[in-house]
Amino acid sequence: MSHANRLAGRGRIDRSKPIIIQFNGREVPAYHGDTAASALIANGILHVGRSFKYHRPRGVLAAGAEEPNALLDIDRGNGRRDPNNRATVVEAFDGLVTRSQNHWPSLKYDVGTLNDMASPLFSAGFYYKTFMWPSAAWKRVYEPVIRRAAGLGKAPTVPDPDRYVHSHAHCDVLISGAGPAGLAAALAASVDGSRRIIIADEQNEFGGTLLHDLTSTIDGLSASDWVAQTVATLSQRSNVRMLPRTTVVAYYNHNHIALNQRLTDHQSNPSKGMARERLWQVRAGEVIAATGAHERPLVFAGNDRPGMLLADSLRAFINRYGVTPGRNVVIATSGASAYQAAIDAKSAGLFVTIVDYRKRDEIGDERLLATQAGIEILDNHSVIGSTGRTQVTGLIVAPKTASGGVGDVRTLNCDAVGMSGGWTPVVHLVSQSRAKLVFDTALDAFIPGEAYQSERSAGACRGVYALDECLANGHEAGSGAGAAPSAKSSEATGFEPVRLMPTNRQKLRDKAFVDFQNDVTAKDINLAVQEGFQSIEHVKRYTTTGMATDQGKTSNINALGIVAGALELTPPDVGTTTFRPPYTPTTFGAFAGQARGVLFDPERITPMHDWAVKKGAKFEDVALWKRAWYFPQGRETMHDAVQRECRAVRESVGIFDATTLGKIEVVGPDAAEFLNRIYTNSWLKLKPGRCRYGLMLKEDGYIMDDGVVARVADDRFHITTTTGGAPRVLGHMEDYLQTEFTDLKLSLTSTTEQWAVIAVQGPNARDVVAPLVSDIDMSNDAFPHMSMREGKVCGVPCRLFRVSFTGEAGYEINVPSDYGEAVWEAVYAAGQPYDITPYGTETMHVLRAEKGFIIVGQETDGTVTPEDVGLSGLVSKVKADFVGKRSLARPDLVAEGRKQLVGLLTLDPDVLLDEGAQIVDDPQAALPMPMLGHVTSSYVSPNVARGGTGDPQQSGDGRSIAMAMIAGGHSRVGTRLYATTREGFTEVQVTKPVFFDPDGGRANV
Amino acid sequence: MLLIKCPHCGERPEIEFHCGGEAHIARPLDPSQLDDVQWAELLFYRANTKGVMAERWNHLHGCQRWFNALRNTVSDKILRTYMMGEPRPYIGGEAQGAATGTLSYPAPGERSK
Repeated sequence: MSHANRLAGRGRIDRSKPIIIQFNGREVPAYHGDTAASALIANGILHVGRSFKYHRPRGVLAAGAEEPNALLDIDRGNGRRDPNNRATVVEAFDGLVTRSQNHWPSLKYDVGTLNDMASPLFSAGFYYKTFMWPSAAWKRVYEPVIRRAAGLGKAPTVPDPDRYVHSHAHCDVLISGAGPAGLAAALAASVDGSRRIIIADEQNEFGGTLLHDLTSTIDGLSASDWVAQTVATLSQRSNVRMLPRTTVVAYYNHNHIALNQRLTDHQSNPSKGMARERLWQVRAGEVIAATGAHERPLVFAGNDRPGMLLADSLRAFINRYGVTPGRNVVIATSGASAYQAAIDAKSAGLFVTIVDYRKRDEIGDERLLATQAGIEILDNHSVIGSTGRTQVTGLIVAPKTASGGVGDVRTLNCDAVGMSGGWTPVVHLVSQSRAKLVFDTALDAFIPGEAYQSERSAGACRGVYALDECLANGHEAGSGAGAAPSAKSSEATGFEPVRLMPTNRQKLRDKAFVDFQNDVTAKDINLAVQEGFQSIEHVKRYTTTGMATDQGKTSNINALGIVAGALELTPPDVGTTTFRPPYTPTTFGAFAGQARGVLFDPERITPMHDWAVKKGAKFEDVALWKRAWYFPQGRETMHDAVQRECRAVRESVGIFDATTLGKIEVVGPDAAEFLNRIYTNSWLKLKPGRCRYGLMLKEDGYIMDDGVVARVADDRFHITTTTGGAPRVLGHMEDYLQTEFTDLKLSLTSTTEQWAVIAVQGPNARDVVAPLVSDIDMSNDAFPHMSMREGKVCGVPCRLFRVSFTGEAGYEINVPSDYGEAVWEAVYAAGQPYDITPYGTETMHVLRAEKGFIIVGQETDGTVTPEDVGLSGLVSKVKADFVGKRSLARPDLVAEGRKQLVGLLTLDPDVLLDEGAQIVDDPQAALPMPMLGHVTSSYVSPNVARGGTGDPQQSGDGRSIAMAMIAGGHSRVGTRLYATTREGFTEVQVTKPVFFDPDGGRANV
Repeated sequence: MLLIKCPHCGERPEIEFHCGGEAHIARPLDPSQLDDVQWAELLFYRANTKGVMAERWNHLHGCQRWFNALRNTVSDKILRTYMMGEPRPYIGGEAQGAATGTLSYPAPGERSK
């Protein structure tokens, strides 16, 4: 029956705009302005989910963000599905698809209900007590079963198709919450048009509790009209930014605030490309928290049946949405505020009874108002329990006795209950800001104490509940410009804290829920205390109270009160758990923003990238670069491709994309002197047109980077760095230039992206390159190894380096990036008669290892000196100073036994060592076995003679080679050691780390 | 996230910056004059002040220039930024004799005592 529970003439819903949403496949008629929760209640659907542990039927408890029970799986189509949405904050639109969660096979018949009957087994800490051993069972049995049985909702299975964006903003005042205090603060703060104000509220409409207040007046207007007038005033002020549907989720250091704005979730057909959510990062001069308060449930057995709501939430459903879970309402309360809910329910035509925990003389003026409205009041009563299954059918109540017990029990028939156990100020934001919280005994709540950052609180979130005071409070927080709004309201405040309602039942299976979301009962909390848990943080983790998506918004103070009672302490002595951001569940998408897919980690590609892709290259990531790794032909394996490429470079010619090497242009009269201080070797006498391999140390004496440097002119150098080290090297140089060597005149410019670099390597390299070069004498005498010429290749200006990282004669052609691909194609075409072979980084690695050239970061690890890798020849003994020089004389750096670079040849040439394999002297040594060092590089080389071990029995082409850092390695050359393998130890011959062309003659041809 | 006032660019978010550790530790003109202990102190020992500390900062993803900043290491607030080469300002509130800004080296072994 559609809209069976809709109340005539009430609510802010738009009855002229009917819509239909789905719940578990069933069509649910609703109106524009409904939430999923109000739509379900309107149609008598009160049982909307199963609880976490006991799988008890549950319904909507609250009307707002604090909802613990009514979690729905929301499907907006096209893979836009996510679980655990609070039905109370999901705006209904035509076509919205919702499903209940946490049951099998269906919401109505749920096998998990057995847990409810077996509940004595599921007491506090039952996981820890039950599933103790055998430990192997955890992985195979316990965890899979528990994960299936427990858990909230199901994670989406497809990538989130929505788009999320980030925005930044600055403001003078950020106001969180647009209830009466927040609106009054915004009005006052924005009078001065030079102050930039942001006011954010998590709901679709501004107004907060005023949206369901039908009786109060403000400045002579109804609450609703005052909200409309205030919103209109604020929207006309250009210094005010109003953000509805925006939750202030986090308060970070220095008034850095995160807001999550939901942009499209309320729309049935959001326009394509529209972002779903926007995460704001706001730098606020001052923050005003006007975040309100959450009502607490009463704790009694069976306080969780569908149809039992928080009293003020029930009032919100009746007044704001024009719906009620039932016609026969009992308001159970220990305080005054629930009387307004009762009066409003009565005025909506419902049958209402009030059960008040307080004694008659403790009840204030609200009593008279309720009586005048014709409501029966049972004062000094406790609630013992409830009846019903998927909807409450009765509330079992009894008068309290003087001894703390209860008298004769009676059942009040009802189909809706509003509970009120008092109020808890929402102090999450100020607590996140590191403000102190102080416990106010009169309010029975933690309220903000001394501020730590520039923030203040206004209204209910600081325990100010009366409407008139909230307005005055907000007005003052907003700097008090103009006259404060003045309210007339019949709403009463104040309550008597009650932790666990007095009862005559002690049965084990009675469940008085404290935390609805985690199915934590008062009994569980008492048991935890009995078992020795005293810290509230420990009780929380042992019982799980206050955990999961609602983070105990409705339950924390009740839990704290019960712990305090059991320990015979006061709540402030027990303390509160820590409030951590985000305030409410926030999508991962909002945090990720646009940093996903190709934007997750930027990719750098070279001008020749597309060519390599077309050639079928496999790529590897080096820093942010995509580098061609190898170029398989046909169905060639990586091994076969690399062996072929390695042979081709040694036998004829190969072409390699070296663009990713870092490049820095050093220009100025003191450029040479600067390099002299930065590198270990000397630069003053290097002639223009010549190159030198440079080694760079950190001040601690360890190798930082290396690369070839060309002197272009007296005052100009072209530096190359490792691919990954380029930014680090530039930063290192800038640091010294700006802060230490300020006497030097020069500039540093990164030119990595400006040059495309084409390496042509091999005995035929000159024959390939020379015909393309127009104005450089390419003869070996005129243009020897380790020199650089400026000229033209294919008519394009170039810096032509004659350098070699392969040990072969070769060139590195530097051309402006825009010409990179064209020149590459020309070189490749010119190389066809020589069967020119494109090779990738893997072949580059093998070839350099054959030559014993180190790779910074592979042979070195930040604790390696030039001497350790056999490069002490590059360290000037003449220069008085350079970065790192003093450290090279530190005792530890000249000590005996440092790890040093050596070559390793396995006795069996077919055994390929693992990089990282440990080297030992004696595999029979007692454990822990002394380790001498480890393998840093290991490859199969097709170019090193198979008999490299000196074993004449072995012959043929190709074998494994390795480099290693070994303690005292230089003095171990010629000895034999053992390396670990996956099968055990293998014997290795220690050699010098040069396996091919030890004289280096090939590069000079 | 902090806002840091680059002396050259103005207030920018912290993610654009890189901290270079304690400021006002000048590299000696002739490091060879320092013995091993002095050199180790210069390289590795830092005041690690609880409170106001002078630090080197680099506007890495901005103008790339180095500058100095006074930062309260307790509140993580940057109280003042100033140019590289300028003397450390004292703004009150910091511990007397704060160990930052020293240019004198302890005698060998002095700090190890």
